[in-house]
Amino acid sequence: MPTLTHCRDDFPILQRSVADGIPLAFLDNAASTQRPQSVINAITDCYERYYANVHRGIHTLSEESTTRYEKSRTSLARFVNAEHDHEIIYTAGATAAINTVARSWGNENVTANDTILLTIAEHHANIVPWQQLAASVGCRIEFLPLQDDFNIETDAVRSALERFQPKMFAFTAASNVLGTTFPVTEWTRLAHEHGSTVLIDAAQSAPHQVMDVQAWNADFVVFSGHKVCGPNGIGVLYGKEKLLEAMPPFLGGGGMIRRVTTDGFEPAELPDKFEAGTPPIVEAIALESAVEYVTAIGLDEIEKHEQRLATHADTGLRQIEGLRMIGPETRDRNGIVSFVLNHAHSHDVAHALDASGIAVRAGHHCTMPLHRALGTSATTRASFYFYNTMDEADRLIAAVAEVQKKFAPTGRKRQPRSSG
Amino acid sequence: MASEQDIYEEHVLDHYEDPYHRGPLNGATHAHEADNPLCGDQIHIDLKLTPDGKVVDAWFDGEGCVISQASASMLVETIEGKTLEELQQFSAQNMLALFGPKLTPNRQKCCLLSWRVLQSAIHSPLNPSDDELGGPSFSGPSLGEES
Ligand SMILES: Cc1ncc(COP(=O)(O)O)c(C=O)c1O
Repeated sequence: MPTLTHCRDDFPILQRSVADGIPLAFLDNAASTQRPQSVINAITDCYERYYANVHRGIHTLSEESTTRYEKSRTSLARFVNAEHDHEIIYTAGATAAINTVARSWGNENVTANDTILLTIAEHHANIVPWQQLAASVGCRIEFLPLQDDFNIETDAVRSALERFQPKMFAFTAASNVLGTTFPVTEWTRLAHEHGSTVLIDAAQSAPHQVMDVQAWNADFVVFSGHKVCGPNGIGVLYGKEKLLEAMPPFLGGGGMIRRVTTDGFEPAELPDKFEAGTPPIVEAIALESAVEYVTAIGLDEIEKHEQRLATHADTGLRQIEGLRMIGPETRDRNGIVSFVLNHAHSHDVAHALDASGIAVRAGHHCTMPLHRALGTSATTRASFYFYNTMDEADRLIAAVAEVQKKFAPTGRKRQPRSSG
Repeated sequence: MASEQDIYEEHVLDHYEDPYHRGPLNGATHAHEADNPLCGDQIHIDLKLTPDGKVVDAWFDGEGCVISQASASMLVETIEGKTLEELQQFSAQNMLALFGPKLTPNRQKCCLLSWRVLQSAIHSPLNPSDDELGGPSFSGPSLGEES
C-alpha cells in the first residue's frame, strides 16, 4: 500500500512535539494546513532577494517581482485548468472571493424577485455574503436540506432548481464538516439548464482533488491558499472571462484603473480590475510553490491517501459506544471525520485530545445552520492531509475511546460544600 | 498549556455528574439564559428572591462542556442565602476562583457563562410587577443597605 509519509520530512513544524514531548498529530487541516520547506523558502527568497511592489516600478526589483507575480497566476490557471490566465483573480481568501461575486455580480444581476439557492451544508463564508446581498436588493435565499445519510441527492437539486428558478446556485464542492463531496459537474450542468449562474466553493476540494474548472463548466470557483499548503492572506477567484468582464469592479483604488480624473475613473482590464491596491505579492509567489508541491505529489494520490486514513478512522471510531458519526458511511468522501460523544462535549474532547498531542477542532466550524439542522450545537472534527499517517489515525481512535471512558458517568457524588 | 489533569479535577467532575439544583424551579421570580455561540454552551438560571432581595432558591439548567456545566452547579450552590448586593459584588475573578483549576482564556469563557447569566437574571423579573428588584431601580444604594 503506497504511503505519502515521506512527505512529512518536508514540513519543519511536523517535527515538533507538544504536551510533554508527545509528537504532534496535526488533524486540523480543514481549518488550515501546514507549509513545506519549499513554500517557506519561496517566502524568504522573495524578501531576501527581489521583493518590491508590482506593476509600478521601472527598476530591476519591481520588474522581477512583477514577473514572478504574473508567473504565479499562470501556474494557478494551469492548476485549476482555466482557459485564460486573467480569469484568475487574487483575493485575500475564499471569503473575500465570495464577497467579490456577491457584491459585484450580485448587485448587477440580482433583484428583489430573484432567488439565491444554497445548501444547508455551506460554510458561513458562502451564506453571509448572500444574506448581505439579500438585505440590500431584497432577493430570497433558499437552502437545500440534508438527507439522513448526510448527502443531498441530485434529484433534490433538480427539483429545487425547477421550483425556485434561482439566479445563482452557490454550493460547496466538499463539506468542511461532513466529509461529503458533491457531484460538481452534474449539479452545474443542471443549474445551467435551469438558467442559473453557478459559484463553487472549492475551499475544501482544491487541496485534495484535481480541479478542472472547464470540465466543471463553473461560472465562479473560489478557494484559499492556506488550506493547500500555501500562505495565508491569499485566495483565488476564478471567473469565466465573459462574466468577469461584464462585472463592475468591487474594490476601488490603485492598480484597478486605466485612468482617473477628477470626474471619475475608467477601470483596468482583467485581472487588474479586481485587484485594487497592492496585492498579496509574496503570498502569490509562495502559493505557486505550494501548488507545484502538491501537484508533484499528485492530487489523485493525495485524495486516495486521505480517504484511506479517514476510512480507517471512521471505521475505528464507529466501534466506540455512544459515538455518533456526523457523516456518510459510504466511502465517497474526503478526509474529514466529525462526530459527537454522548458522554463528552466537543470542547472537552478537543481539550483532552490536545493533552495527547492530537490537534482537532471543536465547535460549529462556521456552519451554524448545518449544526442546527443536525440537532447539535457542536461537533469534534478530525481532518487529514497527505502528511498524516495511519499511526496518527490509530492514536485518534484510541484517544477518543479514552475520552469517552473518562467522562462516562461513574456514580460520582458531589461533596456538600463546606460552609464558611 | 493547561494539562488535562489540571482542569478536570475530581470536584469538577463531581459537579458535572452530580450537579447541584439542576432543573427548573417552580415559583421562580427571576430567570435568564444565554449561550456561548462559539462553542454552543447554554445556561439557564432560575432564582427565587425574597421581596428584600435575598436568594432563597437558585437552579440552573443547560447543555455544554464540563467547565460550563460544573461551574454553573458550583455557582447556584454558592449563591443561596446571598443578598443582591453580595451577588453584584461577586466578580468574574471570584467566579474563576470558585471554580478552582486555572483556565486558559478560551476556557474561561465557558466558566464565566453562568456568571454572566446570573448577573442578568437578577435584573430579569419573570413577573413585571416584581420590577422593583430589577432594572435601574435596584442599582441604587438603598436596597443593598436594607438587606
Ligand atoms: C467550505 C469552506 N468555505 C469557505 C471557507 C473560508 O475560507 P477562508 O477563511 O480562508 O476565507 C472555509 C474555511 O474554513 C471552508 O471550509
